Amino acid sequence: MKEIDLVVIGGGPAGMAAAISAHKNGIRDILIIERDSSLGGILNQCIHNGFGLHIFGEELTGPEYAWRFAQQVEELGIECKLNTMVLDISGDKTITAVNSTEGVMRIQAKAVMLGMGCRERNRGALGIPGMRPAGIFTAGTAQRFVNIEGYLPGRKVVILGSGDIGLIMARRMTLEGAEVRMVCEIMPYSGGLTRNIVQCLEDFGIPLKLSHTIIGIHGKDRLEGVTVAAVDKNRVPLMETAEYVECDTLLLSVGLIPENELSKEAGILMDPVTLGPVVNESMETSLEGVFACGNAVHVHDLVDNVTKEAMLAGECAAKYILGSGRSEGCKALKTVAGNGIRYVVPQLVCKEALGKESKLFFRVDNVYKNIRIVAAVGDKILYETRKLKVSPGEMESIRLHASIAGSMGDEGEIIVSLEEC
Amino acid sequence: MPEKRTMVCIICPVGCNIEVCMDDKKICSISGNSCKRGADYVLAECTNPSRTLTSVMRVIGAQSAMIPVKSDKPVPKELLFECMKEINGHQIHAPVKMGEVVIENILNTGVDIIATRSIQ
Repeated sequence: MKEIDLVVIGGGPAGMAAAISAHKNGIRDILIIERDSSLGGILNQCIHNGFGLHIFGEELTGPEYAWRFAQQVEELGIECKLNTMVLDISGDKTITAVNSTEGVMRIQAKAVMLGMGCRERNRGALGIPGMRPAGIFTAGTAQRFVNIEGYLPGRKVVILGSGDIGLIMARRMTLEGAEVRMVCEIMPYSGGLTRNIVQCLEDFGIPLKLSHTIIGIHGKDRLEGVTVAAVDKNRVPLMETAEYVECDTLLLSVGLIPENELSKEAGILMDPVTLGPVVNESMETSLEGVFACGNAVHVHDLVDNVTKEAMLAGECAAKYILGSGRSEGCKALKTVAGNGIRYVVPQLVCKEALGKESKLFFRVDNVYKNIRIVAAVGDKILYETRKLKVSPGEMESIRLHASIAGSMGDEGEIIVSLEEC
Repeated sequence: MPEKRTMVCIICPVGCNIEVCMDDKKICSISGNSCKRGADYVLAECTNPSRTLTSVMRVIGAQSAMIPVKSDKPVPKELLFECMKEINGHQIHAPVKMGEVVIENILNTGVDIIATRSIQ
């Protein structure tokens, strides 16, 4: 059985940055395993721009951003197995993988980096009633068809979900000659960036129907139309507002879920809110020597943050392999999502293991204006700041400075919450 | 006849609501912006709205069917669909290098369409 110091699962932005970081921190025996035919992950199909503003100070397209890291991976001579699928990770860090040239292989890793990214919620998860005609795609699938395979999925489109992927595809389909009839959003606010509302919807006169959802699908072999209805404040459809909208294509942009089949099979402790593994400040999971980063841990808005998170994870994985990682006796405090907060990552923090760039990331559970963000252990406030506006679609962070770490005791929980100003 | 128009600035996440007063295609006043970048954005939007165009072009002789491309500068908004027609009417042969010009001076705008991926 082959032995490798660090096996990185996933060659997207998370995996690439983690591998590069581990290399920079002294590890040479690294293998990236990627199921697709090239590195880059989802960025390869994100042909629009807006990536890299923080990391590079430029607005790059997805492929350009990915290329910068793929170049580094190549220059550093980091080994990659493409077209290779990881089937299993055992509790003792044995990786089982398969490809069509080598067949099934087993690799014993000293450390593992989970960088599998995330998947999309689909129609089955929503349970929209109706038959199962062709013409219903998740926005990401449609994006793959248009941008990678060169196919137009349909000509008369309705989009459910106004997160950035839905908005980006509204523009993409329109530019390729389709008619996007509307974007429906069940919440009373859009989850996407204002810039995308302007450049993807307003630019093309595509109506955005807030507090609306799809309650029926029509058509037997091919989609013929959908029934759209307004919803009340509890998101229950108001049947008297039901309206038939003719279309041949429905794109679903209704949520992303961290991809963790491998993590669950390995017996790694999962967080039921993020749907990713529970990680500590070193991005290590409950399985010793197994680290995780990127969308597999929690879904990010900016790839720049994925890169930063992966760089930290790679550094910590390197230290673990070299025997200079966090000590066994490290007493970790739990982080808790308090008032107004949906989740906090990392879920465990050991103050001795904190670095200069250590941060707590969190998402709020609603749109709030004029709010105070507070991180406290019991009565002791570690950090507080004011914000004009926070929303669920924009991840926030708190830097854990040395001074903050210093005032953390060994007991209690770090509660992040929102308070009135 | 002076006309008032409101728009949301997209330059930074604040998204100021900016009110513009226009008199026969010329701007007479701008208010509501917190910085100069917002004023510049609104000026451009009202006089010559432009957008960076990103799309894909068919490639022959490569493993992939399509190659991602972008305009190296923003193009006038009203030319977006015509530019798309130009790009879709073109195809390119592999190999292609990142940044290579695939359509020079598209529709005489002075803007080049460049590849955003290297392909063997």
